[in-house]
Amino acid sequence: MQKYTRWSAILVVLMLALAACQSGSGSSGDPVTSADPVTSADPVTSADPGESMGTGTGSAADCDADEFGCIELAEGDPLVIGTALVISGANETLGTDSQIGTEVARQFRPKIADHEVEFDHQDDECGPEGGTAAARALVSTENIAAVIGTSCSGAGVPAAEITSAEGILMVSPSNTAPSLTAEDTHEPFYARTAHNDEIQGAAMAQFVCEELGLTTAATIDDGSPYADQLAAVFARQFEEQCDGTITAEEAVSEGQTDFSGVLENIAADAPEFLYFPIFVAEGALITQQAKATAGLDDTILGGADGYFTPDWLDAAGEDAEGHYLSGPDLDFAGDFYADEFLPAYRDIGGLDEPVSVFHAHAYDAYNMIAEAIEEVAFTDGGTTYIPRTALRDAFFATSGYEGITGSLTCNETGDCADARISVSQVTSGAFERIWPDE
Amino acid sequence: MDPLMRRAIITGLLGGAAVIHIGLIGMIDAFQSRDTIADVLTLGALLPILIALLIGWRSGGPMRAPHIIPTGRRAVALGALGGGTTGLVITALALFTTTIDVRWILPNASPSLAEELWYGQGTALGSVLVIVVSAAAGAAGAALHVIPGAIARALTVGGITAILVALMEPFVVAVLRNIGLRILEDLFYAQGGLTLIGFVLVFAITAAGTYAWATRGRETRERVAAMPPDRRRTGKLVVYFVLTAFLLLLPQIVGSRLSEVVGTVGLYILLGLGLNIVVGFAGLLDLGYVAFYAVGAYTTAVLTSAASPAFSPELPFFGALPFVVVAAMLIGLMVGTPVLRLRGDYLAIVTLGFGEIARILFLSAWAQPLVGGAQGILSVPPPIPFGRDPQSIYYPILFFCILAAVAAWSLQGSRVGRAWNAMREDESVAEATGINTVKYKLLAFGLGAAFGCISGALFATKIGTVFPVSFDLLVSINALALIILGGMGNIAGVIVGALVLVGLPELLREFSEFRLLIYGVVLVAMMLLRPEGLLPSRSRRAELHEREDTDEQYAETAGEETGRPVVSS
Amino acid sequence: MPVRRSRLNFVNLFLWVLGGSILALAAFGAFLTIQQGRLSGDQWQTLIIAGIALGSVYALIALGYTLVYGILFMINFAHGEVFMWGAFTAYFAATALNDAGMMASNPILAFVLVLATAMLVSMLVAVMLERIAYRPLRGAPRLVPLITAIGASLVLQYTARGFYGSGVRAYPDFTLFDGSIELGPVGMTVKQFVVIASAITIMVLLYLFINNTRTGRAMRAVSEDKDVAAMMGINVDRIIVTTFAIGGLLAGAAGILYTLLFNQVHFFMGFLPGIKAFTAAVLGGIGNVIGAALGGLALGILESLGPNLLLTGYGIPAPNQLKDVIAFSVLVLVLIFRPAGFLGRKENV
Repeated sequence: MQKYTRWSAILVVLMLALAACQSGSGSSGDPVTSADPVTSADPVTSADPGESMGTGTGSAADCDADEFGCIELAEGDPLVIGTALVISGANETLGTDSQIGTEVARQFRPKIADHEVEFDHQDDECGPEGGTAAARALVSTENIAAVIGTSCSGAGVPAAEITSAEGILMVSPSNTAPSLTAEDTHEPFYARTAHNDEIQGAAMAQFVCEELGLTTAATIDDGSPYADQLAAVFARQFEEQCDGTITAEEAVSEGQTDFSGVLENIAADAPEFLYFPIFVAEGALITQQAKATAGLDDTILGGADGYFTPDWLDAAGEDAEGHYLSGPDLDFAGDFYADEFLPAYRDIGGLDEPVSVFHAHAYDAYNMIAEAIEEVAFTDGGTTYIPRTALRDAFFATSGYEGITGSLTCNETGDCADARISVSQVTSGAFERIWPDE
Repeated sequence: MDPLMRRAIITGLLGGAAVIHIGLIGMIDAFQSRDTIADVLTLGALLPILIALLIGWRSGGPMRAPHIIPTGRRAVALGALGGGTTGLVITALALFTTTIDVRWILPNASPSLAEELWYGQGTALGSVLVIVVSAAAGAAGAALHVIPGAIARALTVGGITAILVALMEPFVVAVLRNIGLRILEDLFYAQGGLTLIGFVLVFAITAAGTYAWATRGRETRERVAAMPPDRRRTGKLVVYFVLTAFLLLLPQIVGSRLSEVVGTVGLYILLGLGLNIVVGFAGLLDLGYVAFYAVGAYTTAVLTSAASPAFSPELPFFGALPFVVVAAMLIGLMVGTPVLRLRGDYLAIVTLGFGEIARILFLSAWAQPLVGGAQGILSVPPPIPFGRDPQSIYYPILFFCILAAVAAWSLQGSRVGRAWNAMREDESVAEATGINTVKYKLLAFGLGAAFGCISGALFATKIGTVFPVSFDLLVSINALALIILGGMGNIAGVIVGALVLVGLPELLREFSEFRLLIYGVVLVAMMLLRPEGLLPSRSRRAELHEREDTDEQYAETAGEETGRPVVSS
Repeated sequence: MPVRRSRLNFVNLFLWVLGGSILALAAFGAFLTIQQGRLSGDQWQTLIIAGIALGSVYALIALGYTLVYGILFMINFAHGEVFMWGAFTAYFAATALNDAGMMASNPILAFVLVLATAMLVSMLVAVMLERIAYRPLRGAPRLVPLITAIGASLVLQYTARGFYGSGVRAYPDFTLFDGSIELGPVGMTVKQFVVIASAITIMVLLYLFINNTRTGRAMRAVSEDKDVAAMMGINVDRIIVTTFAIGGLLAGAAGILYTLLFNQVHFFMGFLPGIKAFTAAVLGGIGNVIGAALGGLALGILESLGPNLLLTGYGIPAPNQLKDVIAFSVLVLVLIFRPAGFLGRKENV
């Protein structure tokens, strides 16, 4: 026993000494906890983003001046783009869908700045531990240029912190939680092409009170950060925008199947609209059980992109009829989506139709990153250099980029989406887009 | 029919069933993307071969009743028979998937599976190839019984090591890069697997080494035993010194990504040590250990984060730690008191309930003003003076692991530990001899809670955000599984268990789909074959194996001692 | 032994105070809620019926747990997966029958076939479990089979996921059972009626079986005392397999009834019902058949009524989220006051 104490004591002393050395050298790993207000971006940096093949002008001095240095690619080296998406577990369709979107993008644009693009796919496991692990794996990959991720907002929070601490640009195709781009909590190197749920919640609220003219509503969320925030945003907007009354803000748990308690409780106040922006399994069951609840006979039901999918239609059956759903507007202008993107998607993914709704956002993310890289990259003696901070600045300066999800413009805190939310209704067993009118 | 032949065929069929299972769950397909030997052998192709080898080993080995030991050529023939049967079943599976389409039920039963099973050759050539290869593997497995023991052991160890080294490619490559031996990397690895040369080298060196140790090693061991005590002490000091240096320099050696893995392993070692006290020492089956983990994480978050909803004292991490420990003790008491009179399975289900209650409460809208609900608490600061990056956070984790190990070790040998032993063996008798079981049970829960909460605190500061989704039943099951695997009641066992059950899956992240399935198989296999764990304490091994002779007779043991939940009042 | 008694008396006192205060809080909550009067009598009735229906399913699963426990004194942690496998595999049968048009033309036969498939598959899985994972461990200390059961549960879950995929599948609708019926003053859907009636029928049949047939008597004998039963010439091994088989059949039936109420199947669907059913079995006194049935019903009603009855009175936000907290708290309470469960035999415990 004694020898162990002695040994441990020595170990502890040595460790403290080592720690002192560590913090002395300034463990630059200390990530930014409360974000700095965005200052480093000079919104008008270099050539306008519309130019596709222009390379930036620069020299080795730029690399030294850049806080995070440069990505250096020797001739023939691949340009590595990492992805951190949920590709396993219950939500794998969300991440797999985005991943296929990036693969399609690469098929149409296999080289960036004259280097072949390679992917490093990681799994964000739709949670903070997965996000952390994926981010750590990616930041330690040599010369990684940028990251497309994460799928889930819960994973996005720690992942954004890690990548921003290393100066690696991260663009998410499907994070929708408002806090990721909020003034006081956003990370400097994080952006997204997906809509902010502030917008989706507001859009639904607007639809309900202006189009449907309803004044009372109730919400149900399922304890996930996504649903919780979205329901809260809707409730707040409904009360402010339309002077409406929220009769109940209820919650259920994942895996629950019997919702009679919740529904009866809500029915006691007979709201005109019931909004439950949750996921497929519980969403389908609540849809069916709400239709069977006596007090909710006249209540109109609504949901969001969490179950805006074919398998929800299948599971809910006839009870889905008349249901309203908000989601990113997939009515893409132009024929590119239908004529070229979708066939490539089917081909690469081996699927008949897309399994989720963010593949187009992933495609746009890839291309926007490509544009920004080509804008700031410069070659010197055969080696390509990409200054990291300049890359970030160029990306955040994107304005009016015509992607398949619309015309994207990034603001200072990282919201780039052309946030068009549309509301669809289930008519004769299929989704029909009904609002807003174009 | 000759009983040995019958056994070979039945075992072969079972092996075939195993291959059908892993084929239909998609494992063979998923593992195709990983090369074991670059360009030669994928992991997906290796699996059925390994199964056939195992089947052959079993077929050619001694039989218990009637007691026969097949010899020489007969054993090999039996092995080939077993392996060949497995090969036949594999062929049947492949034929099935190419002719009948049941993909609407079993999406993995596709022709591409057949292609993989047939090594990319067509139906005729593929079938023949599969049967031949499986039979050969079976024969090889059986041959292990025939050749001299030392050589067989050497070959087995060599093979397993080579495969493990191939699988751990990311780990080894990272280490080699960090210590500057890139040349070795190019020699040994390519495309995510070992090169052919690399594989042969690793196999040969390990096999030769094992053989040498077995034969020549005895002399060395005798010489070491014969050394005078002061020489031995010096030797031990050298070992300790090297070990210490290794532990301290580990983050620098393995690099950032792997330090992250090591950090996670460390957290689970802490959890395992704590649960070990409750389950392993005191014999209280706790399935809700995650509750303590959650309390520790949330307490830390509330006390240190600027984003804490109700009140944010924003204490530094180490300043908040005493509060965490106090909270831990309180929670330990709260959990321990209602279950004082329960035993066994009742205790298990109630603690499971507590774990779930904790998770639901932390998630609930009701507790949201305090702990943030579904949005959790963000911005948990790193533990000053350490950073949050893997190579810094390693040190606090290492520190607490050592602390916990030392504490557990000293408890084990103390009066408390002996009281726990007595309680675990038979509670009524312990009471009768005057041991205050109430006090010791509460002590066990309290201490277990303390370790769990500290682990949770480190988790919160390592990840920087605390979401309720991180605290589900799986954490409790992980912790339980790793102490079972490593050997309950044994501190070294906890460490080994954590490395295997937490470390390995992190390295094989591509196969995370099958991680829990493999967990389950490991748990069942361990319980069936070696319930005392990989590194058991001697007393535990005796405890668990004295029953072995009686497994044919169910009568005597089942009723009295094993399952009944006994209540002490 | 005076020292021991005083120690335990102190603990007892503490526990009684704890339990008593929880009960008082609950009662007061109920009082407040009823005073508030948000929910109408009809609504309470609907909740109670829903609770009974779900509780019937829990009861059938709980019977499987209790039968196995009575004989082997082990928790078959994997029983929830036995339930899941029956329901999931029968989904394919139902889909096939639906595609073949049989659900429309011959609904009763179709239903019987689907039910038979589920019961058969569950029975097979249960028997396989016993043979592979539990039989070799008959004599081992209690922790070992429990861990094995947990491992087996994981294997069964993820095998189902590997075989069938991780998505949620919806059963084709049994239009035969659409609509609602009135039984006197009580209204319920036909599906709920079918579930409750089937469960009661099955439980009655089981009771008769255990009490009146040779095998049933043999089962009771084995659960009383294995040695004596063996000495009386009973093939204990065979009885054990039979017990698992019956548990499997019950779980399979429970699976189909469950999908009548909630038409989804999913590889993870057995986890929660498994835990709930085990809680129900413990509530009623594990090892006791009637206890399991009553425990299941009680738990179902408690889950259904609990949050609305006990918590809304206090104005707790989103009370229905805490449904499981109530269920587990009740478990703790019952075990504080009656450590053997409601109908558990003190000396068996």
